[in-house]
Amino acid sequence: MKLNANNFVPVAEIAITDPQLTAAVKRGTQAAFNNREAAMYAYGTEHGEGLRQQAAEAKRRALRRLPELLEQAEANMQANGIQVRWAGDAAEAQQHVMEIVRQHQVKRVAKSKSMLTEETGINHVLEAANIEVVETDLGEFIVQIAGETPSHIIAPVIHKSKEAIRDLFIEELAMPFTDDAAEMARFARQHLRDVFLSADMGISGGNFLIAETGTICLVTNEGNGRMVTTLPKVHVALIGIEKIVENLDDYATLTQVIARSGTGQAIAVYSHMINGPRRDEDADGPEHVYVILVDNGRSDIYQTDYAEVLSCIRCGACLNGCPVYRLTGGHAYGWAYSGPIGAVITPLLNGLENAAPLPHASSLCGTCKAVCPVDIDLPRMLLDLRHDLVEEGHSQFIWNAGIKGWAITHRSPRLYRLAGRAARLGTKLTGDYLPGPLSGWTKYRDFPSFAPKSFHELWEERQKGKRHDRS
Amino acid sequence: MSLPERPSPKGKKVSLFVTCIIDMLYPHTGMSVVDILEHLGIEVDFPMAQTCCGQPGFNSGYRDEARQVARQFLRAFADAEVIVTPSGSCAAMVRHEYPTLFEDEPEWLAQAERMALITWEFSEYLVDGLGIENMKLALPTPQTFAFHDACHGLRLLGLKEQARTLLEHVENAEIIDLAESDVCCGFGGLFSIKMAAISNAMLQNKMATIEDNPGDTIVTGDASCLTHMNGGLQKHNKSKRVRHLADVLAEGLPRHEA
Repeated sequence: MKLNANNFVPVAEIAITDPQLTAAVKRGTQAAFNNREAAMYAYGTEHGEGLRQQAAEAKRRALRRLPELLEQAEANMQANGIQVRWAGDAAEAQQHVMEIVRQHQVKRVAKSKSMLTEETGINHVLEAANIEVVETDLGEFIVQIAGETPSHIIAPVIHKSKEAIRDLFIEELAMPFTDDAAEMARFARQHLRDVFLSADMGISGGNFLIAETGTICLVTNEGNGRMVTTLPKVHVALIGIEKIVENLDDYATLTQVIARSGTGQAIAVYSHMINGPRRDEDADGPEHVYVILVDNGRSDIYQTDYAEVLSCIRCGACLNGCPVYRLTGGHAYGWAYSGPIGAVITPLLNGLENAAPLPHASSLCGTCKAVCPVDIDLPRMLLDLRHDLVEEGHSQFIWNAGIKGWAITHRSPRLYRLAGRAARLGTKLTGDYLPGPLSGWTKYRDFPSFAPKSFHELWEERQKGKRHDRS
Repeated sequence: MSLPERPSPKGKKVSLFVTCIIDMLYPHTGMSVVDILEHLGIEVDFPMAQTCCGQPGFNSGYRDEARQVARQFLRAFADAEVIVTPSGSCAAMVRHEYPTLFEDEPEWLAQAERMALITWEFSEYLVDGLGIENMKLALPTPQTFAFHDACHGLRLLGLKEQARTLLEHVENAEIIDLAESDVCCGFGGLFSIKMAAISNAMLQNKMATIEDNPGDTIVTGDASCLTHMNGGLQKHNKSKRVRHLADVLAEGLPRHEA
């Protein structure tokens, strides 16, 4: 997928002035945020927090044993009749998909929702080879016919109003006019039914991969995932290597928190557990099941202090809670993943210099960590990435100089007090406007006057026995 | 993140860390803290060599610079038994970040770890540290207050009820809810300058909830967030203001003490 993260600020500044976008994103995130709260703590704070910690522990345990669990998963999948491929990067993932396409002479692909296929640009490669690709998740389907990219991990069209979707369907699919969302969904479902029945191949992602049993787990709400993974004769699942879990018990924990955190459901409408291709005694199912295990930078993260971020189950809760995402929506983040999780993994997977503004796209309010179902310390990682930016020389001169000046004055009590007096005098001269880069403040807010006497000075006077004036 | 058990601050002298913002912009708030502590019979010391906790450098990624400033904090408070500060954010900096900031500097590490254990945010010190709820304060006239929960106090230190408890027990003070009181005002340190337009959009949301609030005054525990919110309110000629908890409480002190 094309990366445009270095333009975060200008793109975000346009987004926050778009009334349709901001209204849609605000409505969607607020509802999801409230629903999460209600579902996560339906049995009280202790239960909800306990579930979070249990989920966090399940993912941390799996991460600690990642290499051996991947081998165990591969062996168990192969024993189940699944063909396993390993992809080191996006190009290898694309090659594997194309080889499978050629081998089975695939003409039409039905896709279930998968952020990893966005990340690795699978659709483009298929389309370039004249293979028809149809997204069958309703949100992804809308994004596809609009020629856009998803703006939220689990709600791809959170940025669009119902009216915008209606107009799109009328224009692109000749839908008869309706203003009823259910009617529009029914129209899309009818349109997609033919795709399921005629597709030669289904592509899905994978929410969890159970090492103990070699089971691919999908969490969906629309039923399209079941169609994609059962109707076509070939099913290909692209799964990030970090999606591994040890066993069925951990899956049981995680499938609860992903639904509660993402959509506020106790459990998703569809929980698919796919163990392999159709067996002789099965009534249906694909003849061939492939799993492509995708690294694409993940094992590099695994070697660093950021390894914990590989615990992410892509529920989207941190997006819904983030006051920045709630205003900007997802496109400003310039890649597949947005919000706080995107601000961390986009630079980690693409290089810090290619996503330099993202670690700063946060007020460090801490909501992302508080709502994370696996308790990833995202604010800590944003701070660490900011430090990396400075260390690797990706910070602007003006800030380098400014902070150096700040350190020199604030590490010495004498210079600190001198600087305080100078600032007091300086702001008297500049009036209501702060100079240079600080003008970002006064463009939108007033800056208070410096007090005539600092607390240091008041305290000194007080110690000398003078009564301070509390006017 | 769970913090280790901390020694009780009861009966110990308090060293006030006033914070750089209050020092230069709101020194009267620092005096409010002193007046309240002295009203409670607590001995207060103000180490004159103090400057800043180092957070501006730390949060923008400049750890060497943050360390230089933090070392001055360690020097200034070397003899402190208990450090009290009217800021959840600065308290969180000392408590959460100092031990890791100095992990490779053994000559400073022990002191940094000790500071993390003895530093308290103002309302937390009174309620959790001393077990005080009622300070026998009375406002001259009835007033209605609503709290904005500053992010770092709320999510890094778990502070929410402490400030409410203190104000609840003040005569003539009524507390009402502020909508979205736990949503960030958009300050975020240099974020408010680097991403000024986004920060401002967050501020506009916060200002809308403040305007809709029927209370007389918004109360918060961090002067930085207060500066941000009041900066916006003043720029847009709004009449309502945000006040620091310590100033509101000090207004309730017996006249001769204030």
